[in-house]
Amino acid sequence: MYTQGLSNPDTAAPAKAAEGAGLAARFQERVDAEERIEANDWMPDAYRRTLTRQISQHAHSEIIGMLPEGNWVTRAPTLRRKATLLAKVQDEAGHGLYLYAAAETLGRSREEMFDDLLSGKAKYSSIFNYPTLTWADMGAIGWLVDGAAIMNQIPLCRCSYGPYARAMIRVCKEESFHQRQGYEIMVALCRGTPEQKAMAQDALNRWYWPCLMMFGPPDGDSTHSDQSTRWKIKRFSNDELRQKFLDALVPQTEFLGLTLPDADLRFELGEGDATKDGARGHWRHGSINWDEFRQVLAGNGPCNRERIAARRRAHKEGAWVREAAAAYAAKQAKQKLAA
Amino acid sequence: MATTSIQVNETPLVLYLLRRADDALILGHRLSEWIGLGPILEEEMALGNIGLDLIGQARSLYAYAAEAEAAGNDEDTFAYLRDAPQYRNLLLAEQPNGDFGQTMVRQLFYSAFADPYWRAMTASGDATLAAVAAKSEKESAYHLRHSSEWVIRLGDGTQESHARVQEAVDVLWPYTGEMFECDAAERTLADGRTVIDPAPLRDAWDGTIGAVLSRATLTLPQNGWMQSGGRTGRHSEHLGHLLSTMQHVQRTYPGAAW
Amino acid sequence: MSDVKTPNTPLWEVFIRSRNGLAHKHVGSLHAADSTLALQAARDLYTRRGEGLSLWIVPSNAITASDPADKGMMFEPTVSKAYRHPTFYDVPDEVGHM
Repeated sequence: MYTQGLSNPDTAAPAKAAEGAGLAARFQERVDAEERIEANDWMPDAYRRTLTRQISQHAHSEIIGMLPEGNWVTRAPTLRRKATLLAKVQDEAGHGLYLYAAAETLGRSREEMFDDLLSGKAKYSSIFNYPTLTWADMGAIGWLVDGAAIMNQIPLCRCSYGPYARAMIRVCKEESFHQRQGYEIMVALCRGTPEQKAMAQDALNRWYWPCLMMFGPPDGDSTHSDQSTRWKIKRFSNDELRQKFLDALVPQTEFLGLTLPDADLRFELGEGDATKDGARGHWRHGSINWDEFRQVLAGNGPCNRERIAARRRAHKEGAWVREAAAAYAAKQAKQKLAA
Repeated sequence: MATTSIQVNETPLVLYLLRRADDALILGHRLSEWIGLGPILEEEMALGNIGLDLIGQARSLYAYAAEAEAAGNDEDTFAYLRDAPQYRNLLLAEQPNGDFGQTMVRQLFYSAFADPYWRAMTASGDATLAAVAAKSEKESAYHLRHSSEWVIRLGDGTQESHARVQEAVDVLWPYTGEMFECDAAERTLADGRTVIDPAPLRDAWDGTIGAVLSRATLTLPQNGWMQSGGRTGRHSEHLGHLLSTMQHVQRTYPGAAW
Repeated sequence: MSDVKTPNTPLWEVFIRSRNGLAHKHVGSLHAADSTLALQAARDLYTRRGEGLSLWIVPSNAITASDPADKGMMFEPTVSKAYRHPTFYDVPDEVGHM
């Protein structure tokens, strides 16, 4: 389950005058009072569009996210790892489906949203456009990518939109094993042969920066997050979540005996969640290559084309199955009517 | 873990357990190849569940085989350090996924056997096997229902789906006879009521398949010539490729723990 | 690819009874061509962790829902009828629990 701080509220269309300031004000009051908004409730068009985009992107990320890990299901090195990885990737399909269902309550059909993904119109998390090159990547993805995702997702359980919040509660509950599964793989590699430990370090080197990018652009550059915050879709800023992630990551890395590939990583004293030598503060990362992030989002990551091509192929090759099921259902309905 | 393929002391019980475990693992592995590529997202969930059931069955059976052999092997040495000629699975299980229709027909053929087979095996005189059977029976019953419903829809769906799934039935048919074989090794176990002789299940299987294919408007192939050899390690060309993928990491880093 | 529109598959609402003694509870929705496939998909999608003992599948378009705009007339008139609740009535303490 993965979200990314790339969803911007749609502020293009101003609310119709007829909708009136009254409805909008009443809506905001309900949100401020922590009331949940439900599917049939009145909501500003921009709220609906923002959520449709965010939830569907979130769903697409789950579905595309199956591919890099699916790449290793058939090569998992033990039967226990094979079963857990398959269960995890399968969960991602499930989470994609919960989210499509939540998004559909806002009015667009899953098929329309999925077609947008296949046509390249819709975005998904940048992280899945990186390749999985060794078994250690299964550890790194579970530990880092799912770890980052959890930071993003837990606040979404309190999102103002009821169907999204409920889907996220289910997702978070199911997903609690994903990060542990990944970290366990890393522990096994780091306690293994020198070759295995090198494999783990290499995976960390490749996934660290893309994972920091997963939280989205720095707060200063994210022009629309104010509106999402007011609507209580977003509860923490990109930078806040990134900070939380990093503070948790550093001691976990130390435990593994691995090194984060960040020459500028440093500890700053102050009020903070992280501790070092008994002092409180925060870990600070070096500068993130935002140009890479934008390029990957724009379709120029190492695997963008392959990921979409794989889903397009599956969709195209599965068309006859969907047609057959529809044709059979139509025949059965007709027979029932005739009987 | 050893660096080369293991040697297994195939007593009748060990051989039996490897055969059934290999069926489940190889078929489960095949289903896991679908992940991310299914025709319908809901079906990816289903294929994943069936795959997980089968991999779980394989693990229980390998664990028992390890115990029975008592030679230091475990589920992973059995799975990852035997070469194709040492695998004992049905040829049916290793047949490629093909399209979704072929995967469903393969599943139907196997599950229509596994369902009554495990149900009968719940009466095994061997308590461990009876317990595995009790779990597998419920799982197989669902696999049978699921694959039957799909074969019916694909057979009686569109012209294209009908043609595709009829082709799948024809292609896979010659691999169905092997399920009912009972060689001398298995016969000893059957005589001791540890296992059942699968041959008498043939009628029930024919009945199930006949009913599903008829509802699916599909025809049963007339040719009764059957392929055989999986139980003694004479496989199709497909298994070697499957194992080269599955065993890749274990074989590349001999002796490592994962 | 982009100009090909995938036809919609019917939408179903899923209800699960988590254990006997409890009512079926709405858990989400899914797509399937017919009710049999919907039931199978619900099993695979919504009960992977022992969540249920019984499933209901309902076509989404079979549900008639009240309009949130009618909330006032639908639900507020009951608020003023406190006499429907036991606490409305005074019973002397000496009588004990009633």
